[in-house]
Amino acid sequence: MTEELHDVRLSVNGTTYDTRVPARRLLSDALRHDLGLTGTHVGCEHGVCGACTILVDGEPMRSCLMFAVSAVDHELTTVEGLTNEDGSLSPVQQAFSECHGLQCGFCTPGFLTTITAGLRDNPTPTHEEARDMIAGNLCRCTGYQNIVKAVERAAELVELAELVETPAPEAGR
Amino acid sequence: MTTKLMGQKVQRVEDQRFLRGQGRYVDDVGVSGSTQLLHAAVLRSPHAHARILDIDVEAVLDLEGVHAVWTYDDLAGLAAPMAEPLPLLIPHPALTHGRTQYALARDEVNYAGEAIAFVVADDRYLAEDAVGRIRVSYEPLPPVVGIDAAREARALVHEDVPGNIGARLEQNVGDAPAAIKAAPHTLSLDLTVERSACTPLEGRGTVARWDPDINRLQVWTSTQSSTGVRAAVAVKLGLDLGQVDVITPDVGGGFGVKINHPWPEELLVPLAARALGRTVKFTEDRREHFISSAHERGQVQHIEVGFDDDGRLLGLDVEFWHDHGAYTPYGLIVPIITSTQLLGPYKPHNYRVVFESLYTNTVMVTPYRGAGRPQGCYAMERTMDAIAAYLGKDRADVRAVNFIQPDEFPFDQGLIFQDGRELEYDSGDYPASLEKIKALVGWDEFPAFQREMAAQGRRVGIGLACYVEGTGVGPYEGAHVHIETSGKVKVATGLTTQGQGHATVFAQLVADELGVKFEDVEVVTGDTRRMAYAVGTFASRAAVMSGSAIHLAAKRAKEKVLKIAADALEAAPEDLEIVDGVVSVKGSPGASIDLGTVSVLSNPLRYAFDEASKAATQFSVGDPGKPPVAEDDEPGLEGKDFYSPERATFASGMHAVIVETDPETAEIKILKYAVVHDCGHLINPMIVEGQIHGGVAQGVGGALYERMAYDESGQLLNASFMDFLMPYVTEVPDGIDIDHLETPSPLNPLGIKGAGEAGVIPSAAVFAAAIEDAERVDRPALAITAMPISPSELYTLRQEHPR
Ligand code: FES
Ligand code: FES
Repeated sequence: MTEELHDVRLSVNGTTYDTRVPARRLLSDALRHDLGLTGTHVGCEHGVCGACTILVDGEPMRSCLMFAVSAVDHELTTVEGLTNEDGSLSPVQQAFSECHGLQCGFCTPGFLTTITAGLRDNPTPTHEEARDMIAGNLCRCTGYQNIVKAVERAAELVELAELVETPAPEAGR
Repeated sequence: MTTKLMGQKVQRVEDQRFLRGQGRYVDDVGVSGSTQLLHAAVLRSPHAHARILDIDVEAVLDLEGVHAVWTYDDLAGLAAPMAEPLPLLIPHPALTHGRTQYALARDEVNYAGEAIAFVVADDRYLAEDAVGRIRVSYEPLPPVVGIDAAREARALVHEDVPGNIGARLEQNVGDAPAAIKAAPHTLSLDLTVERSACTPLEGRGTVARWDPDINRLQVWTSTQSSTGVRAAVAVKLGLDLGQVDVITPDVGGGFGVKINHPWPEELLVPLAARALGRTVKFTEDRREHFISSAHERGQVQHIEVGFDDDGRLLGLDVEFWHDHGAYTPYGLIVPIITSTQLLGPYKPHNYRVVFESLYTNTVMVTPYRGAGRPQGCYAMERTMDAIAAYLGKDRADVRAVNFIQPDEFPFDQGLIFQDGRELEYDSGDYPASLEKIKALVGWDEFPAFQREMAAQGRRVGIGLACYVEGTGVGPYEGAHVHIETSGKVKVATGLTTQGQGHATVFAQLVADELGVKFEDVEVVTGDTRRMAYAVGTFASRAAVMSGSAIHLAAKRAKEKVLKIAADALEAAPEDLEIVDGVVSVKGSPGASIDLGTVSVLSNPLRYAFDEASKAATQFSVGDPGKPPVAEDDEPGLEGKDFYSPERATFASGMHAVIVETDPETAEIKILKYAVVHDCGHLINPMIVEGQIHGGVAQGVGGALYERMAYDESGQLLNASFMDFLMPYVTEVPDGIDIDHLETPSPLNPLGIKGAGEAGVIPSAAVFAAAIEDAERVDRPALAITAMPISPSELYTLRQEHPR
């Protein structure tokens, strides 16, 4: 039962990784077990829970529904790649912390990536839109109340950051 | 002066690593340097009930990449105790026919999903390939599915268990049947609750490594009881306890299912690690979780009640049948809790309860958040509603006349609780809670709102449900507090954590007691190397048990700090205070010493490793005529203590919900959800509220969506997230109104009660009441007696109860 292996080059969070995987290797498994990026979690492996969501060329995708070989030539962003360049938390991460948007933290990476893309497309969501933005992700711990708050808070933080950035470049910390 | 952190909404320290993708869950262990790691997969029974005639593993043995293929017949050769059934963790005299499974099925399987063979291979894909090649011949046996089939007992789950009855337990207070007979009014109710399950997003998982150099086994497992797994692994593998370390890293949710132990894989993985000399990992997939991890909730209940004109209970007689699945590893905890916690905040005067715990050919039943309480609350609260409807009284008023009054505490219900102790409530104020919940949900204004809506052709209903929750059960937890020479404080407690923010709340307690900065406290949970004696995380006991132990241990450490600092500063210990990690003489800030320096002084080792040690040389401590470590002392600045309460403490609460049901489609919409909650003193209100939110969401799931859909052959038809409907944000209330009441517990030093399960207990009851109320507007006879309730079921009920 020797399986044919494929050389794949994956670009994740701006870093290039070379690995050899069988054609059937799920992208989620490749990220976690071959590249060691264990921030992406697998809650169902059938595309329903959203825990494994990563950004593929900026769009949220369920990495358990993609093969690693099909991720070649795409820019992947996992939760490990969400923090700001200086290592500080991104607005979405910061908002989750402030609003107690996580308990066990297992679903969190999928929410963070989903919301990051969601706020990019709609930086000023209404309350209803904030709820819609996370409607495809399961969380068994938080009851979502504080995750919705975190979406709204993150939008505020993004707006604040933009206000600060524009007029005074030296004000960046 | 440092502000007290107890009671503050302190942001969680653990969040940093979770938000950066640096959490460490079991499946993340061993990933770096993963070439050494092997992966396990399990062959599971496709039949709910069958005899195993033959297992042929021939096609797997020489597969490349496969390292081990085991069936029951291999177990004895690997470790003799492995061939015995798994332990029955909590025996009870009423459990006359307790049965547990084997790590790998012996001659018979009793549920679809039972483990039959275990394969270890280079990766999980190969292991699953191999599992697929194993051939088993079965002789199917008649399956017993559901409580009705179990009671009929036309077929038996275990040949030697007559009537499928694993246990029968009766408790009596006064003479309920006589009191009911004599009562002016009587009612009887028949109720059912379906099965659901904890379904944490992270399933079970275990990694094990055998280190031949030190003769020790290291096990990482996603459990609620590290010490329990440790003991089980040691016994089953024939090792001394001292050779086994169990570490519980970050856990992706538990809600009860991870308290049962050992799971077969928790033994097989360490066994394989030792046999193969390699690190071995098992990570459960979602389908496996549905078919081989535990469920809960399924009950059928019959209630007889006698009451007076005010709705005051005179006698309550409850009989129920509990579906415990194919095995009873966790004993009778769930039905015992139902039978005792059913009483809630009320005093029925005469109470008889009897249950039968029944075998069925389905996955075993062990506690799920709330653990039997949701069913008990459902029975009692449906009874309250039925009494109110019968008498034409306000449902809140009927409850109020039955409350235990604030001056009646401690209140002994006259029953024996789950921990084998008397069911004695420590404190509470139920009338105050009722006032709060009525205000919060707008109870008194609701009838007007209901009429107004009715005029617009909309039907809305309100429900109320009250509960009392025995939390913080013993026997004990311990804690170890170590002040390092850097002044940082390392705290260890043995119970595990699965998202409840223990690292934060425990650090709050230590910072308060020791007078150190919150950031300087680091908490470790669930590592048997750091705290070998511990019980586990369940029954909302972490804050009460470990919280109290940590508080006591910090006190001990503080005593030692003050003693040494007093010597060094030539002051009396009573005159000292610790603020932000500095000990000083009250009122004279010049005379002070850092905690780190005190730590150096506590250890008369004469090496100046660091700055703190150098600084310490300016103080001379102790009498040169005596040994450096006194007889009753030990080096180091540590405190260790255990907390062991007399009995459980009783949190309580009330939920109310307003729902709208669609006149055409019978869809059920939540308009408002309110919670009043009393868990004594709050350590961190933000975390308590988070617990309530999560519980309410699980409760909504249990009341409206979640059910284990077994067919008559015992196949679980909805073993995926596509088919088992767990609430998304779209299903939970948009906003949960919460109000707290704080009646401190007299049983522990912090006056706290547990809060983990509160959110989920009254859900079935409160939704049944609200939906019924909405429907009764035009169908007075419609009663909701089976939960969960789907729109199509409500629709059917409407057909059966024409206007
Ligand atoms: S793990 Fe990919 S969606 Fe659940
Ligand atoms: S925080 Fe645990 S599943 Fe979302």
